[in-house]
Amino acid sequence: MSAVLEVSDVRKNFGGITAVNGVSFDVQEGEILGLIGPNGCGKSTLFNCILGQLTPSGGEVKVDGKPVTGLRPSELNRLGVSRTFQLLQVFPKLSVRENLILAGQEHRGSMTSRLFGRSDAGLTDAANQMIGFFKLDHLADEPAGGLSYGQQKLLDAAMAFMGGPRLVLLDEPAGGVNPSMLSDLKERLAAINRERRATFVVIEHNMEFVMSLCSRVMVMAEGRVLAMGRPDDIRRNPAVIEAYLGH
Amino acid sequence: MRELRKYLSFALGAAVVAALIVVPMNFNRYGLFILSQWATMTIAAMGLNLTLGYAGQVSLAQGAFVGIGAYTAALMTTHGLPLAGALALAILLCFAIGWLLGYPALRVQHHYLAFVTLAFSTLAFLVFRNESWLTGGTYGISNIPRPAIFGFATNRPLPFYYVCLGMLGIVTLCMWWLIRSPWGRAFMALRENPIRAQSLGVDTRRYTLMAFAIGSALGGVAGVIYAPLTQYIDPVPFNLSLSLDLLMMVIVGGSGFFFGPFLGAMIAVLLPEWLRFTEGYYLMLYAAAVILLLIWSPTGILGILDRFLAERRTRAASAKRAGTKSQWETVA
Repeated sequence: MSAVLEVSDVRKNFGGITAVNGVSFDVQEGEILGLIGPNGCGKSTLFNCILGQLTPSGGEVKVDGKPVTGLRPSELNRLGVSRTFQLLQVFPKLSVRENLILAGQEHRGSMTSRLFGRSDAGLTDAANQMIGFFKLDHLADEPAGGLSYGQQKLLDAAMAFMGGPRLVLLDEPAGGVNPSMLSDLKERLAAINRERRATFVVIEHNMEFVMSLCSRVMVMAEGRVLAMGRPDDIRRNPAVIEAYLGH
Repeated sequence: MRELRKYLSFALGAAVVAALIVVPMNFNRYGLFILSQWATMTIAAMGLNLTLGYAGQVSLAQGAFVGIGAYTAALMTTHGLPLAGALALAILLCFAIGWLLGYPALRVQHHYLAFVTLAFSTLAFLVFRNESWLTGGTYGISNIPRPAIFGFATNRPLPFYYVCLGMLGIVTLCMWWLIRSPWGRAFMALRENPIRAQSLGVDTRRYTLMAFAIGSALGGVAGVIYAPLTQYIDPVPFNLSLSLDLLMMVIVGGSGFFFGPFLGAMIAVLLPEWLRFTEGYYLMLYAAAVILLLIWSPTGILGILDRFLAERRTRAASAKRAGTKSQWETVA
């Protein structure tokens, strides 16, 4: 096993506020790491620092042992790091299939070859497969903006997997998704993790979801790592219960 | 069903092209001039539609690129150089300047970007007017020759109209290719959600610059045929109001719709002719019509059509759903 993601002493200040205050951890290949903590504890900011959406004020991020701090999100994505967003982020006027083709096209060939190559960049089959995998078949040609909230969440997740990423950071994938769709989503994520050896980091408030999906859980509070361990240990950790889980 | 629709739209397209070739044959000089102007403005508006309609980047400088193209053509052809050479140089020049103009778009958006491009538009106008050693200043450049294509002189209005139409045809095909290529999809992603696009590996910087560069280059192409069309140019037609007119064409036709610029340019070029009988009221009527259109359909004329088709599809889909539901009920 080797570390896919290594985060060392990452900090982020916004003016006088320290949102992330020296966080270090690593994620092993094939692992699903849960990331929990109260609202405003710095989880999403940490994601944005890892993904290049924000520049960390200090510290270093490595993917597969290579330093990636300071790379742009698009560059990082082409290195195999993908993400989903907490709030809906699809392309509303493009169809579901077009959304998925877009999500994969930049990983193939050069920009010039894409201009003169096939319209679908040879991705229609891959997109249809993904559509089938997430049970969106009947919606494939609908504009993504017309889908229900839960369906858009599924599409958002599906898009993150189109480029065949090594590492996927999921920001609250379960938020606003109804219970039956939720178990579906969990099953899909577990299957992708197993079959494609994709490594996940998942921010989520739904404890049942986190505890059953993740192999390890990291708890953040006030910009720092409060605890890290197996789900059962985290559930019993007095500091975690005090800060987050409640009695 | 889908095949049928494909054949129908192909037949419709062929009919329109045939009409554009045949009908003007007995038009008078003025009618042909108006139609040639429509083809020219459509090309420029298509460029702006790429930058604004597909890629979502506001530009108030398209008129300036038409000017750069027109001056390039005027200067070169009056010095005995071929129009084809002017076309190549104008495309290169406008592409490069458009690329540079794209850099501010990487930092500012919307109104702020509009102001940056507006400043550029003014700058270009001042160069056309004040650098008289090159541009002839307010006197402009006259006696711009029309080209000979494969030995055929195009001095008369009808042959030159075919030059304009042919150019429009070539630009339309290239644009169609571009929009349906993965680039077109990336441009739309840029418009709809740049942050998400970035996280999916779309190099938003490069695509933004490309959207500006290609859109501006098409403005240059329009300018290259505008100069021999009017055979005389001065700075006035390329001031800010041309940029605003082109913006209006894109928005009225339907921003982000492939055929929006064709319709928008038709309205902007032909409506003044149709409303000529109203004399002094023409501009007021035009303005009122645009206000009403945009209240009714902010997405322009093709937006109305699009909405109509979407509603019909929704109705069909819900009818289908209702059908399956009742089936299910009988089974239960």
